[in-house]
Amino acid sequence: MNELALQQYLDFAYIAAVVLFILSLKFLSSPTTARWGVLAGEIGAALAVVATLFNPEVTAYRWVLIPLIIGAGVGIPLGLVHMTAVPQRTALSHAFGAMSAALIGIAEYYAGIVPVTRFEMGEIALEVIIGSLTFTGSLIAAGKLQEILPQRPIVYRGQNIVSLSVLGGALALAVALVVNPAHSILFPIMVVVALIFGVLLVTPIGGADMPTVISLLNSYAGFSAALLGFVLNSKVLVVAGALDGSSGFVLSVIMCKAMNRSFTNVMFGAFGQVHASAAGVKEERVVRSATAEEAADILTAANKVVVVPGYGMAVAQAQHKVRELYDVLTKKGVEVRFAIHPVAGRMPGHMNVLLAEADIPYDRLIEMDEINGDFPQTDVALVIGANDVTNPAARTDQSSPIFGMPILDVDKAHTVMVIKRSMNPGFAGIDNPLYYLDNTLMLFGDAKQFVGAIVRELGGGH
Amino acid sequence: MPADFISNLYVFILAGFVGFELIKRVSPLLHTPLMSLTNALDAIVVVAAIIIAGRHETRLTTILGAIAVAASFSNMVGGFLITDRMLRMFKSRGSKQS
Repeated sequence: MNELALQQYLDFAYIAAVVLFILSLKFLSSPTTARWGVLAGEIGAALAVVATLFNPEVTAYRWVLIPLIIGAGVGIPLGLVHMTAVPQRTALSHAFGAMSAALIGIAEYYAGIVPVTRFEMGEIALEVIIGSLTFTGSLIAAGKLQEILPQRPIVYRGQNIVSLSVLGGALALAVALVVNPAHSILFPIMVVVALIFGVLLVTPIGGADMPTVISLLNSYAGFSAALLGFVLNSKVLVVAGALDGSSGFVLSVIMCKAMNRSFTNVMFGAFGQVHASAAGVKEERVVRSATAEEAADILTAANKVVVVPGYGMAVAQAQHKVRELYDVLTKKGVEVRFAIHPVAGRMPGHMNVLLAEADIPYDRLIEMDEINGDFPQTDVALVIGANDVTNPAARTDQSSPIFGMPILDVDKAHTVMVIKRSMNPGFAGIDNPLYYLDNTLMLFGDAKQFVGAIVRELGGGH
Repeated sequence: MPADFISNLYVFILAGFVGFELIKRVSPLLHTPLMSLTNALDAIVVVAAIIIAGRHETRLTTILGAIAVAASFSNMVGGFLITDRMLRMFKSRGSKQS
């Protein structure tokens, strides 16, 4: 086969891969077809990888096949992590993806034995900056999610000025390189400055903002791959990067809307600071609490129960006990549904995956907008490890830092039961007036143990 | 501006719109698998890494390429694997009984 014909076959393989990638996302629109999406993506990716191995430029197979085996060796265990570890695994894979894009850009720069034009220099510099900052930013996010690093926002005075100057520095170096691509000494400095900016970008962001940050990093990782496609003139990279980048972007917008915050507010707002002052004013108010036995009686008497899970449920690993509660109540003829806030958990859709893993049918998992109208007809709203997303101050109290954020209207249910460790304010440090309402009962204890105790009272479980 | 850049820009803009429309239709139920799936698709940068490493031009570019091959291929394998594991768990009440 001559080389021109071979090149055409390779191009067709890449076009087929692109079509399969688009179909892959299309299949994901419904849970019934979603697994076809994975298959389509796998076939597309396999086609592209195998075709590339036949590229006549690829001669040193040892430098390709051994890394592929190592990659599979790292990827398989990362694909088998426990469902509670999915957010940090996702952040780590953003880091890997962005690192790959940055390294290829760097290699392309140093491979440029032919002097690069100013335009190409600009493309490479931008690509490498975005890839590098996404790499370190995602590593910090993964560290926070894995709790190697503190989840509280780390803030200091003048932080935004420092961070923005570092970004400005990286961009200035890029401009200097475009003006004179021969100043190659500036290139590694630019990479290091971009890596530092990634760290500065994510350290001030708290755990509760992780769904937005992880989506933004997803978007950056995608766009760095698309930019790499521009650098290498590879359409398959441009398309895959654009799909991934727009996916991350759409998710970030959804997450920001669900918190009633703007991008700039998430990135530069330092959420924690605002709340520290807001939590200061606190008067003694009456809280009513109940035992597992009382809670079980109320649940048995109910017709309609809505469970509101939050990150606390994931931390306590309570989802399997929650499933037992679902089973025993369903058997008694109680209608049990789950209300899912878009930002519940540490990444978009986190709660759905945890509850699906616990074998709760997905048609019982209801989105916020769909279920909010049903709370007035709900006998019991059972809040497990969720806090800010149920805070009625978001609707009523203009001075509240979360005022305007869409919440689950649990306070409108006939009875609200909240499983909570203690009266300490939640992660963000905002007081929740829900706990002092007349129709609210506090169930103090560990989520897993308390739900287990209710299940025992109801005569279910193992 | 190079002609390649213009044609790539067309592709980028069109793919961006396609992505936007497709992602909007994905059920919020599946946002976590969506992110891991797009991550696996994004790992297609492995094809660029294979060429950089396989060209074996200088020691530096080959080593950088080889690291990129390993990192992006681990994303590809791991991303598809975990997406499929997650999607297998999503069952409706009907399929659960059968």
